[in-house]
Amino acid sequence: MNKDVSLMAHLMRRAGFGATRNELEGYLEDGYEATVDNLLDPGESGHMPDDIIRRYHVDQSELRQLDGAGAYWLYRMLTTSNPLEEKLALFWHGLFATGYAKLNQARALLNQIEMFRHYGFGSFRDLLVELSRDPAMILWLDNNENHKEAINENYGRELLELFSMGIGNYSEDDIKECAKAFTGWTLGNAEYMSVRASKDSIWPYGRIAWHYEYRADDHDGGEKKFLGKVGNFNGEDIVDIIVTQEATARFLSTRLFQYFASDEVDSDGELVISGMMEAYFQSGYKVSAVLRSLFNSDYFKSDKCMYSRVKGPVESVVGTVRLAGTYQEPTLDVHSLWAQTMFMGQGLLAPPTVEGWHEGVEWIDSGSLVERINFAAKELSDPTKDGVKDIIRRVTSNQKDLSDPEKLVDSCLDYMGPIQVQPDTREGLIEFAESQGAVQIQNGQPDENASIQVARLIGMIASTREYQLA
Amino acid sequence: MGNKEKSIVVVQLSGGNDYLNTVVPYGDDEYYDFRRTVHIEQEKVLPIDKVYGFSPHMAPIKRLYDQGKVAVINGIGYDNPNRSHFRSMDIWHTAQPDEIGTEGWLGRVIRDLDPSAENVLTGVNFGRGLPRALGVRGVPVASVGNLETYGLFPDIKDESAKKLALDAFAHMYGGVQGKDPVLNFLGQTGMDALKGADILRTAPQKYSSSIEYAANPIAQGMKSIAQVLLADFGTRVFYTQHGSFDTHSGEIATHAKLWDEVSGAVGDFYDDMKEHGKEDEVIVMIFSEFGRRIKDNGSGTDHGSGGVAFLVGGEVKGGMYGQYPSIKEADQLEGDLHFNNDFRSTYSTIVDKWFGLDPVPIVNGQFEQFDLVNA
Repeated sequence: MNKDVSLMAHLMRRAGFGATRNELEGYLEDGYEATVDNLLDPGESGHMPDDIIRRYHVDQSELRQLDGAGAYWLYRMLTTSNPLEEKLALFWHGLFATGYAKLNQARALLNQIEMFRHYGFGSFRDLLVELSRDPAMILWLDNNENHKEAINENYGRELLELFSMGIGNYSEDDIKECAKAFTGWTLGNAEYMSVRASKDSIWPYGRIAWHYEYRADDHDGGEKKFLGKVGNFNGEDIVDIIVTQEATARFLSTRLFQYFASDEVDSDGELVISGMMEAYFQSGYKVSAVLRSLFNSDYFKSDKCMYSRVKGPVESVVGTVRLAGTYQEPTLDVHSLWAQTMFMGQGLLAPPTVEGWHEGVEWIDSGSLVERINFAAKELSDPTKDGVKDIIRRVTSNQKDLSDPEKLVDSCLDYMGPIQVQPDTREGLIEFAESQGAVQIQNGQPDENASIQVARLIGMIASTREYQLA
Repeated sequence: MGNKEKSIVVVQLSGGNDYLNTVVPYGDDEYYDFRRTVHIEQEKVLPIDKVYGFSPHMAPIKRLYDQGKVAVINGIGYDNPNRSHFRSMDIWHTAQPDEIGTEGWLGRVIRDLDPSAENVLTGVNFGRGLPRALGVRGVPVASVGNLETYGLFPDIKDESAKKLALDAFAHMYGGVQGKDPVLNFLGQTGMDALKGADILRTAPQKYSSSIEYAANPIAQGMKSIAQVLLADFGTRVFYTQHGSFDTHSGEIATHAKLWDEVSGAVGDFYDDMKEHGKEDEVIVMIFSEFGRRIKDNGSGTDHGSGGVAFLVGGEVKGGMYGQYPSIKEADQLEGDLHFNNDFRSTYSTIVDKWFGLDPVPIVNGQFEQFDLVNA
């Protein structure tokens, strides 16, 4: 297996949702570091345009309902020309986990995701300020109930514990002071929205979304003591203090490492995280700089890092569909893709709690594994799909003799990734290829039966343990 | 731990079942005042007493009620009712109204019934995706979409091709354990799934019954549950759902059809259990995330609070429990019914009196229990 191709495929599994061989060839022309730079500076990404989506999906105009809104985001992931933009938005969605359950308005969540696209690569300071002003977040963590005369600590606490520093780096008093600083950060039209909701619960004419409003008269302008500093802090001042903390640099770098590099952090991983923290401070808290430091590290490029993450359900579904080449145009059953993410344990836009999802091996139980395998095997064993056709074409045109099942298996593994597999897995695949009988090629072209045979093998590769890993 | 043979079947009515049109206060004129169009006529109601009666689409449940096998839990709910489907359903699933919980109450029941997770089939859900009620980390629960095709590669229709695929799968997942713990875990989980599916798929072949279930999804779901229960795999917790009961418009027709289906399925299931001498070993619990607004909106009803649950089984002491909430204007809660008993009282009753487990850690607190099960 070609090392450059392997490495690029690894990068794209992490910084994206995997890549087809066509895509990989394009990235390889640019080279590794230039590809990293391009991914980190997405500019305007191409994707399926809204007007096309709305022509086919009425519910994707209003985007209030969960499944339609989830499908809308999936279209973006499936068709974007810059997969890291969506992969990173998905990271923020898991870290700043805001759920549909309390909002009943998915549009507000999609607005939050759009904010992640806009601010997600930039300064962590700006991102936290925007997060604090985000209407979905304000509702989700009750900051609209956080008043000058009666604080509600919910947002203040989670900002420190789950969004920036991690537990053990601040006191209970810091939480109260933080909450005070965010009093008056509220919604401009909450009353109107709740009247609408109670009067007209089926919303036949659609609903508008909440918007942010700062109410100076409900803000506690008094002196506060936060992390050893004293002043008449407002919310921005609190964020300014948070982002200078070493704990924040460590928290953010570690979470990015676990999402983009390895589920487990060992001593080599700690060194990489130190480098990421340095990049964080040197760049003025820029997320793109932290990620560049990770992607260009020797550790990230090492064999040890490859396949050291369990794919999340959303990345698994999106990766499989991108490889199969389906849903590139509006497709009526796109909601079923959103439902798949739910069946596999990661309902997009519906994280169970503010803690987000438990990742790594915790994605896997017997029910969710069966869902993953059945979905991927079905999607990829269909020889009529463009992406599958392309793999079959490459496999059959590069080999004169496909009657050797070992060569056939290795070739399919190569063009599906490349994917490296354990000896047991390879044996199982060879046994499967053998059992189907030799693949016949006529005049350099696979006949229909040969295509079906190769497609079945591709589906079987999508059922392996290794396919569950990124 | 726990009483060996006993099991529970939970039927979730998703979308918010309209309590007032399920157990109808047909003797209360105000019901007809508030429900100008979305009501059930007096003469059609199946009377329980002079004031209350079942919807005419619940005849099988009425029949079992008359035999003393149905407990009606009136006015069930929780403090500060939430009218969001998702949040309210979460509350019912996690038994935590005040904060966002992570563990499902039935997942905890399964864990306490089978603490070392010896049986991968102690809990079985019929439907796709795991309801939060069953989710507790480390507790295996099978989720079955269709019993006949359950398991890996349902899309391979050709039996011999499927066998080849399953053999290859067993080779790939069942090899020697290597150094990588994640690959080992995936291998073990894959083999568990294969094993569970192999066992479950035998259930339909072992089953014979004179009961003919209807073709609708809930009836077929209850039939699958009957098949697995009678196959004696040691399954103790069954879960399924039906809906949508979210009847904002066109309620009369939709609600009628849904209850025809649910009560038919539950009635057939009870008769099936009776035919096999198992009616005293299983309780069916029917619940919904909330009830609906007292006043109708002209064609349907909007989200409300205060609801009704049902327990059905040979060992259930039939009758009316809780209080039917007053629908008088002055007694309403923002246009809705006031609840008068916490749903965790019913849960506690099942956990303690039926399964013989300590309910406090399962339902997150101490709740007064009903005397509705023959211990």
